[in-house]
Amino acid sequence: MPNSSNSIKPSNLIKDQQIIDNPWQIIAKDAEFSIETAGDHLLLPLATWLQHAEQLKNSKTIGVWLDSDESPEPLQALCQSIPVIAINFPVFADGRGYSYARTLRDYYAYTGDLRAIGDVLHDQMYFYKRCGFSSYLIREDANAEKALAGLNDFSANYQVGSDQANPDTPIFQKR
Amino acid sequence: MYIYDQYDRQIINERVNQFRGQTDRFLAGELSETEFLPLRLQNGLYIQRLAPMLRVAVPYGLYNTAQLRKLAHIARHYDKGYIHVSTRQNFQLNWPRLEDVPDILEELATVEMHAVQTSGNCIRNTTTDQYAGVAIDEIEDPRPWCELIRQWSTFHPEFALLPRKFKIAVCATEEDRAAFKFHDIGVELVHNDEGHTRFHVHVGGGLGRTPVISQLIKKDLHWQHLITYLEAVLRVYNQLGRRDNKYKARIKILVKAMGPEAFAERVDQEWQHIKGDENTLTEEAVARVQAFFAPQDYDVLDDSSCNRELASQRLESNDFGRWLDKNVQPHKQDGYAIVNLALKPTGIAPGDITDLQMEAIADLADQYSGGLLRNTHQQNIVLADVKKADLFALWQRCDALNIATPNLGHLSDPICCPGGDYCALANAKSIPIAEAIQRQFDDIDYLYDLGPIDLNISGCMNACGHHHVGHIGILGVDKKGREFYQISLGGNMGREASIAKILGPSFSPEEVPTVIEKVLDVFVKQRQPEEQFIDTYRRVGIDPFKEYVYA
Ligand code: HEM
Ligand code: SF4
Repeated sequence: MPNSSNSIKPSNLIKDQQIIDNPWQIIAKDAEFSIETAGDHLLLPLATWLQHAEQLKNSKTIGVWLDSDESPEPLQALCQSIPVIAINFPVFADGRGYSYARTLRDYYAYTGDLRAIGDVLHDQMYFYKRCGFSSYLIREDANAEKALAGLNDFSANYQVGSDQANPDTPIFQKR
Repeated sequence: MYIYDQYDRQIINERVNQFRGQTDRFLAGELSETEFLPLRLQNGLYIQRLAPMLRVAVPYGLYNTAQLRKLAHIARHYDKGYIHVSTRQNFQLNWPRLEDVPDILEELATVEMHAVQTSGNCIRNTTTDQYAGVAIDEIEDPRPWCELIRQWSTFHPEFALLPRKFKIAVCATEEDRAAFKFHDIGVELVHNDEGHTRFHVHVGGGLGRTPVISQLIKKDLHWQHLITYLEAVLRVYNQLGRRDNKYKARIKILVKAMGPEAFAERVDQEWQHIKGDENTLTEEAVARVQAFFAPQDYDVLDDSSCNRELASQRLESNDFGRWLDKNVQPHKQDGYAIVNLALKPTGIAPGDITDLQMEAIADLADQYSGGLLRNTHQQNIVLADVKKADLFALWQRCDALNIATPNLGHLSDPICCPGGDYCALANAKSIPIAEAIQRQFDDIDYLYDLGPIDLNISGCMNACGHHHVGHIGILGVDKKGREFYQISLGGNMGREASIAKILGPSFSPEEVPTVIEKVLDVFVKQRQPEEQFIDTYRRVGIDPFKEYVYA
C-alpha cells in the first residue's frame, strides 16, 4: 500500500512488490556538491561519487547513479557497501542499463539496492527484475500502481537471469 | 519437430495475455505511440503503408500441417486469404487489423506458434539450412542447436532493447544454405578430429545499408559453451554498440570499429565471468532436444530400383523430368528425396500463397512427407521426406496447384521483398519488376542454358530482398520522386561469400528487363563451356558488362 503520509506527492518508487516512500534525491550531473555540507539520501552522479570515493564507499546514506553511457566498471572494487546504486534509462529503449545491472550483480557481487530510474515503465518491469534490479522509480507521469503488475508478467523463464528474489535455473535444467 | 512442454506453453500463453493488455492500453490511450512501438514490434507487428503487417515466427523454418492449416484459417478469417513466405523462413500476414492481433496470437498459441521477437531490436528467429536433418552434405543436424538458441534468446531480459536487431544463423553443411556469413552471428558447426561437435563463431555480418561479411572470432568452441559464449557476445554488443545513429547500430559496425581481434578479446573477457555458469549446456539438455529431431522411421528401400522407376517416368513426361532435375534434391536416406514447392509462378508476388493452396499443401505434406514442412530463405516451401516412388504422383498434384514450376535456382525464381506495394519504407516497387523479368525470360530452355542465377530484388536500401548477395541484384531507388532501379552484379551468399558491385547509373522500370538481357548477353559471350554466371563474372570482372550495358 502506498505510504505517502509524510510526502506531499505520492511516491512512484517500487520496492519489494510495493510502493514505498522515496527519500532519495537524485543529484544532477552539473549540480554543485560539497561533501562537507552534503545531506542524507543523495544519489550522486558517478563522476562526483568517484571524486569522493574514499569517504563515500562506506556511507550508509549516500548512493550513486550511472547514466546509460557509464559502465559500472569503476565501481568494481568499491561498490560492495553502497546502499543504493541507480541506473538511468534516459529513454526506455536504451537497454545498456540491463547489462550494467547484471555486471554489478553477477560479476561484482553487489548486494545492495539496485534501482532503475528515468524512463522506467510498466512494460519493462519484468526485464528489470530479471536483470537484478530491486527497486524501480517509475516515471513521474506514469501510474506506479499499474506498473507493479508488470513485475509478474511471466511465471517461467528460459534462461538464468540475475533475479534477486527468486534466483532461477534455466528451464532446460528443470525438465 | 520440437514439441512444447508445460513451460513453453505457459510462457507463450502468458505472452499472449501480456500483449493483449498492452494493445488494450494502447487503444485506450494509456500507452503512447513510441512506448507501444517496440512492444508491438517484438510481437512481429509493423504498421505499414496500407495496413499493419504481422510476422509469424517459424523457428528455423520448420512447421507442421496443423500449423499450416491454422495459418490458412487465419489468412481467411483475419486477412485477405493469402500469406507470404519471408526470406527469414517466417510467414507474414499483410492485412490484419490491430484490434484482431491479440486474437490471432491466441489462435496461433493453440498450435504452438507465436510472433515473438520477429521484429524489433532484439534477437530474432534463428535460421538454418532448409534441408536440415536430411541433407547429404550435413555434418550434424543443426536444429537442436537452433532450438536451444531459440529458448535462450526468447524473452532474454538483458537483450530485449539492443542497439538494433540481431540475427543468428547456424550452418552445419558443406554447402552453406543459411547465408551464415551475412548474419550478426553465424554459428558454423564442425566436428573435430574425434568427431565431437564444435562451433566456429562468426560475428558482424549483415546486409542493410552497409553489407558486411562476418569475421571469425572464435574457433572450435566446445558445444557446452555455446549459450554462454553467445551471451558474452551480446553483452559486449549491448553495451558498446552505437545507439546514436540507427544506421550505424548493427554489430557489424562495432566489430569493424574495434577490429575483430579486439572485439574477440573483449568477448573473451566477458565470457570468463560466465563460462561454466548455469546456462552451460549439459549432455542431458542437448539429448532431450535432439530427441525431437530424431530421423523419422524410414522404410528400407532399394535406391537403384527407385531410380529405374523414375527414369521410366521421365520418359513419360518431359515436364516431370525437368521438375525432378530442378526442384528435387538428393536425400541422405535411400529411396527418399527432398522436394521444393515453387512459390514463384509468374504473375504472383514471389513467396505468396493462398489459404486454399496452404490447405492443399498441408494435405500433400501429410500424405507424402510425414506431416512436416520447411520455409526456405529463397521463399519456397520444402517437403523433406518424400519417397521417390511417390514423386510422380506428388508432381501431378503440385502441378495442379501451380507450385511445380521447374525453375529453382534460376533467374525466374527470384528473392523479392514486398517493396512499394506493401512497405512504407520502400523507394520503389519490387514485385512488378520481378514479374517483368519473369515475363521477359519465360523460355525455360534458355534459362536452363544460362544455368543457376540468383536474382535478388529489394525495394530500398534496407535490403530485405538481399540484393547485395544476388548474382544479379536489383535495388529500388528514388530519383526525383520517380522509381528507378540500380543493378549490381557478383554477389554470392554461400561459403564463397561476396558482395555485389554496382553496375552504374540506375534505370527506369521499363528499361530493367532489357538491361538484364544485355547482362546475360555479355555472360553468354564471355562464358566458357558450362561455366556458371557467378564464375564468369569473377573471371572477367564487371567491366565488360558495364561497357555493353551503357554503350
Ligand atoms: C513490409 C514491411 C517490411 C519492413 C517495414 C521491413 C523493414 C526492414 C528494415 C528496416 C530492414 C533493415 C534493417 C537494418 O539493416 O538494420 C530490413 C531488413 C531485412 N528484412 Fe525487412 N521489412 C519488411 C518486410 C520484409 C519481408 C517481407 C522480408 C522477407 C521477404 C524481409 C526480410 C528482411 C531481411 C532478411 C532483412 C535483413 C537484411 C540484413 O541482414 O540486414 N523484410 N527490413
Ligand atoms: S527492402 Fe525496403 S522496400 Fe523492401 S521490404 Fe525491406 S524495407 Fe520494404
